[in-house]
Amino acid sequence: MSFTAHDPHEVIAPDHAHDAHGDHGHAKPGFVRRWLMSTNHKDIGTLYITMAVIGGSVGGILSMIMRAQLMYPHNHIVTNGSEWNSIITAHGLLMIFWMVMPALIGGMGNWFVPMMIGAPDMAFPRLNNMSFWFLAAGFVFIMLGLSIGEGTGAGWTLYPPLDNIQYSPGIATDFSLFSLHLAGISSLLGAINFIATILNMRAPGMTMFKMPLFCWSILVTAFLLLLAIPVLAGAVTMLIMDRNFGTSFFEPSGGGDPVLFQHLFWFFGHPEVYIMILPAFGVISHVVSTFSKKPVFGYLGMVYAMVTIGFVGFIVWAHHMFVSGISDDSRVYFEVATLVIAVPTGVKVFSWIATMWGGSIEFKTPMLWAIGFIFLFVIGGATGVVLAQAGLDQELHNDYFLIAHFHYVLSLGAVFAIFAGFYYWIGKMSGHPYPEFWGKVHFWTTFIGVNLTFFPQHFLGLAGMPRRYPDYPDAFAGWNFVSSCGAFLSGASTAVFFYILYRIFSSKETLPANYWGEGATTLEWAVPSPAPHHTFEDVPVIR
Amino acid sequence: MSGTVHTATDQIKSTVPHPYHLVTPSIWPLFGGVSALLTFTGIIFAAHFGDFIVLAIGLLSTFTIMFLWWRDVVRESQVPGLHKIVTQVGLRYGMALFISSEVMFFVSFFWNYFNYFFYPATMGTAFAPVWPPMGLHTIDPFAIPLFNTMDLLLSGTTITWAHHCLLEGDNKGTVQGLFVTVLLGIAFLCGQAWEYTHSPFPFYHGGIFASSFFIATGFHGVHVIIGTAFLTVCLFRAMAGQFNPTRHFGFEAAAWYWHFVDVVWLFLFVCIYFLGRSAITAG
Repeated sequence: MSFTAHDPHEVIAPDHAHDAHGDHGHAKPGFVRRWLMSTNHKDIGTLYITMAVIGGSVGGILSMIMRAQLMYPHNHIVTNGSEWNSIITAHGLLMIFWMVMPALIGGMGNWFVPMMIGAPDMAFPRLNNMSFWFLAAGFVFIMLGLSIGEGTGAGWTLYPPLDNIQYSPGIATDFSLFSLHLAGISSLLGAINFIATILNMRAPGMTMFKMPLFCWSILVTAFLLLLAIPVLAGAVTMLIMDRNFGTSFFEPSGGGDPVLFQHLFWFFGHPEVYIMILPAFGVISHVVSTFSKKPVFGYLGMVYAMVTIGFVGFIVWAHHMFVSGISDDSRVYFEVATLVIAVPTGVKVFSWIATMWGGSIEFKTPMLWAIGFIFLFVIGGATGVVLAQAGLDQELHNDYFLIAHFHYVLSLGAVFAIFAGFYYWIGKMSGHPYPEFWGKVHFWTTFIGVNLTFFPQHFLGLAGMPRRYPDYPDAFAGWNFVSSCGAFLSGASTAVFFYILYRIFSSKETLPANYWGEGATTLEWAVPSPAPHHTFEDVPVIR
Repeated sequence: MSGTVHTATDQIKSTVPHPYHLVTPSIWPLFGGVSALLTFTGIIFAAHFGDFIVLAIGLLSTFTIMFLWWRDVVRESQVPGLHKIVTQVGLRYGMALFISSEVMFFVSFFWNYFNYFFYPATMGTAFAPVWPPMGLHTIDPFAIPLFNTMDLLLSGTTITWAHHCLLEGDNKGTVQGLFVTVLLGIAFLCGQAWEYTHSPFPFYHGGIFASSFFIATGFHGVHVIIGTAFLTVCLFRAMAGQFNPTRHFGFEAAAWYWHFVDVVWLFLFVCIYFLGRSAITAG
């Protein structure tokens, strides 16, 4: 990797960080104080990223099992339907709550939001650490929910009656439900922390509209979490009470209404998809701008687009329920409101392209992932417009077209943004460069692998293959075989990623403060690489 | 990211010492996570096996960690120079945001209630589409619920009395106002306990009205307990002379929380007790 573009100014800024470093007696705490008692946003961010690697690995192994089962018709790798249902449930929940969210919000948000706004740490450092430990406790619970007895077979959406006491009598389902409480409390406390940090701890002169887009994306995300997570908590509480304490919120025999759960769940669940993708938008803006060596095109439009997406995201939830028996009027409203989201999303996509337009583009690994993100996210967005049609959704609901859609926006969109951010910032976090060649190998194997996995699923869905079944008629065999081959290729690409991790952490090479050169303009590039334990104990005054 | 800036360091004009409170490493967050794990495991074990030991250990450790953690915060607030003005503002943001999330928590229970209130046909074919369900006796809103409404509204005035005394530097008045507020909180809880034990419908397998009623008023009751505990802590802190006219955010947070609990009750009273009353009410 050539880090030749040194900035003549960069030697000036790191000095204050070093001075501050010396002021504090507790410069380098021991292992227990550093990792179990941490009040440092970078160390907590590292813990979150570690959690994401673990959660993503377990979730990824589960998807390999699923694709192995579906490789040929009438396979018996998964021995029974309950086991299959447990695997799909845990895969969904793990990938959302223990992979994407800890990587983007807990990990990169913790690492870089305080640095980008010129703050020494988060507003509530102990609370920040407790957010992480609640997530870790939740991980224990979701693994118990996967492995005790028959596991949790309700799917990640946890619809009753699938998870009521008649159909899921075991304690595993309760562990899975409480794991959402733990992850939810974690996210909620984290959201409060991020909002308080961003609103209250910006450096002098860092006005809201000078703030980098990643901070804006985390701010909007945090508001979505703050308002959506408690509704999930209420719904999950009602489920737990229905199961264990004789209430009948979702039990028709006692007068309850199962569709009510779907409303409550998706009032959380739809903002949740923006919770996963907005931080990705933030990362992509930085990467595209850096490697095009241009400021982001239409900064203000990008901010308002994110705020709009966040707001509209709250009023479209029932497009997940077009076949749940909601009225025609509701379907018309939720269809139209959903289509509105394409407008601010389009603003973002066109602004990224306009940022690249006329730029001096460098195809480093992070930029490849960012362009990959834009490409795949647009495909996933286009199929989203298809699914938003209430009439078409009547046909496509709960089949593989839907699976392809949301894996294009999440497992390809959000995950590509995570890797873009990883390669963009790993030098700042670890102090060592990643091997550029292997980074590109990782990108291309993943890019080909995931497209092979998910693109054929559009065809399977249009042909009528339903989701969440461990078997299918012979007619679907061809594309399922292709899809499984793609999945194993992307699984193999994960091995490349672990090899890259090994190379980074065994590397002896060091990096300058701003190793990307003139395109990297945000404040984290003003501190040394790796960022010292304490940054900005003297806060910068922004011009 | 503005157009004129080309490097990260260009935009830094100078530096100033940070005004924040950076806390030292603490073991309470880890123990808090473990306590939550034990508490939730305890609820599952209690529900499935009737075994309350893990739950008891979990709750005990949760309350212990809360006490020790907040004791640290109170002690830090007494050290001059740690909680500067910007830190106090940060705490205000934190509390206001926490209360906002609590509002959304109650939204889920009101959503549940209004689902049946406005659309009683969603109750299922075995039920006549009327709300409250046919033949159900509800609690008379003008008996204990009205008393409790008056009780909480009065407590809203007594907490304001304490607040004004605090601003005037009259610590004795603050203590008196807080003491009366705590008593009113306890009186409310006694009324609620009497109402629950004399309820015309059971909680267990009592059907959708009972479920909606008990979850909404029950979680409100839990919040009254939390608010009363919060005010009691403030009462002891006021007696210890820890508040002064300019620095008393702990008190203000408790007052905000108390007003929030009060407002939730007004909605409960109007929407569930009054609008959800049956033609014939018990009591």
